[in-house]
Amino acid sequence: MSGIVIVDYGMGNLGSVADAFAALGVQCRIADAPAGLRGARGIVLPGVGAFGAAMTNLRERRLDGALTASVLERRTPFLGICLGLQLIADDSTEHGFARGLGWVRGHVLRMEPGPPYPVPHVGWNEVEFRSGARLFERVAPGAHFYFDHSYHLDGGAEGATATCSYGRPWIAALEKDNIHAVQFHPEKSQRNGLRVLRNFARYVDACHA
Amino acid sequence: MLKKRVIGVVLVKDGVAVQSIGFRRYLPIGKPHVAIEYLDRWGIDEIVVLHVHAAGPADAQTVAGYARRCRVPLAVGGGIRDAGAVKRVIQAGADKAVLNTAAITHPGLITEAASLFGEQCVVVSIDAKRRSGGMHEAFVECGRRGTGLSPAELAARAASLGAGEILANSIDRDGIKQGYDLELLRAVAAAVSIPVIACGGAGHPEHMRAALACGTAAVAAGNFFHFVEHSVILVKRQLAQAGEPVRIDSYANYEGRAFSDDGRLAKQSDAALDALRFRYVPEEVI
Repeated sequence: MSGIVIVDYGMGNLGSVADAFAALGVQCRIADAPAGLRGARGIVLPGVGAFGAAMTNLRERRLDGALTASVLERRTPFLGICLGLQLIADDSTEHGFARGLGWVRGHVLRMEPGPPYPVPHVGWNEVEFRSGARLFERVAPGAHFYFDHSYHLDGGAEGATATCSYGRPWIAALEKDNIHAVQFHPEKSQRNGLRVLRNFARYVDACHA
Repeated sequence: MLKKRVIGVVLVKDGVAVQSIGFRRYLPIGKPHVAIEYLDRWGIDEIVVLHVHAAGPADAQTVAGYARRCRVPLAVGGGIRDAGAVKRVIQAGADKAVLNTAAITHPGLITEAASLFGEQCVVVSIDAKRRSGGMHEAFVECGRRGTGLSPAELAARAASLGAGEILANSIDRDGIKQGYDLELLRAVAAAVSIPVIACGGAGHPEHMRAALACGTAAVAAGNFFHFVEHSVILVKRQLAQAGEPVRIDSYANYEGRAFSDDGRLAKQSDAALDALRFRYVPEEVI
């Protein structure tokens, strides 16, 4: 029993994330309310869409407080995907200004790589990660992952463990104690993506060994 | 660095994956989910499933079926005319919604979809026919209704409304394997600063290289990938040999292999083939 819970807050599809874990033999359940987080051994926060709408949805479902209690206080292993990486920062300027969960210091800003780089940053890019980064065990340096985003976590953010290059370096992943997050979509990055998800699942198991 | 994408298009008509010629003739290929699985297995970068002549958008169950074994991003289009349809398609498992006719009839939908799910979820696809004087005209409703607009103009409009990507398709070139309409691609790529995906007319990996040279971020093909084993890998390896930045992650990667004039693998020496009999490739368990 993996005990991994995928948070549903109305932002895009979580089926792909659940399917990817299922392909690894890791069964996850879905939670759309604080009660669903009870007993979670690991929490995954996926997400696609606008930051402001996402935070509104989290607050409306009282998930913001419940997630913070579980992840910061009870130190439940956490994995944020795409928007899920951005939401744990301090704030974002997407469509106005919105506060994030504030678990890691950092700001979310629009990507401006300059010509000739179109935005959004969409497609497969190489990720360089620092050695020892938990999510990238058994992943080859420079492995490709799928990105699709117009906003990014600023370079001064804490906990960055990986970057990709698109005109200049951008944060691709971070790790801070029990908190992990990736800007790319591991559930859409074929085998490399599955390796990242496997590493998170192993960490969840190790925390409860 | 970001790689150029090689995208597989699966056209679906009445639940069957089809080959399309000039947007007029449709010949059956087989089950859509099988095409999706093969493309994924062969290392495709992304898959676009388009329902042609659709009465309405694909239902949730159908989309979930496409997404189930698809470990790469999936875009779904065909008959999407309102925000509810965009929502259903994305929540059922698609990563992106493709809008075509709606870009003309309901342009506000582009903005609405982008605000709901982010601009990166919205692909506007433009089908074009050559007109006299080297101009192009955008068509909607599967090539049946002319809009009087140039594809470049329509693309620029769509981008300003919030589209994340443009898929530029040539109706004339569709299915005839003579290469992409390079003038169309150049015009559209020059008109926007969002990624452009080339489509329509691939018959040889060299056509894909030429399409990428027009400034597109990605190259897509439908018919082309259905008929040859490892077609995706053949294309990617030849693009890589031509100097294009592409991702090749599959175990079968044809590194160092030679290709014949028709873009297929050249036969290896008998000695090399003999040695292959004893090569051991352990299955990786992730």
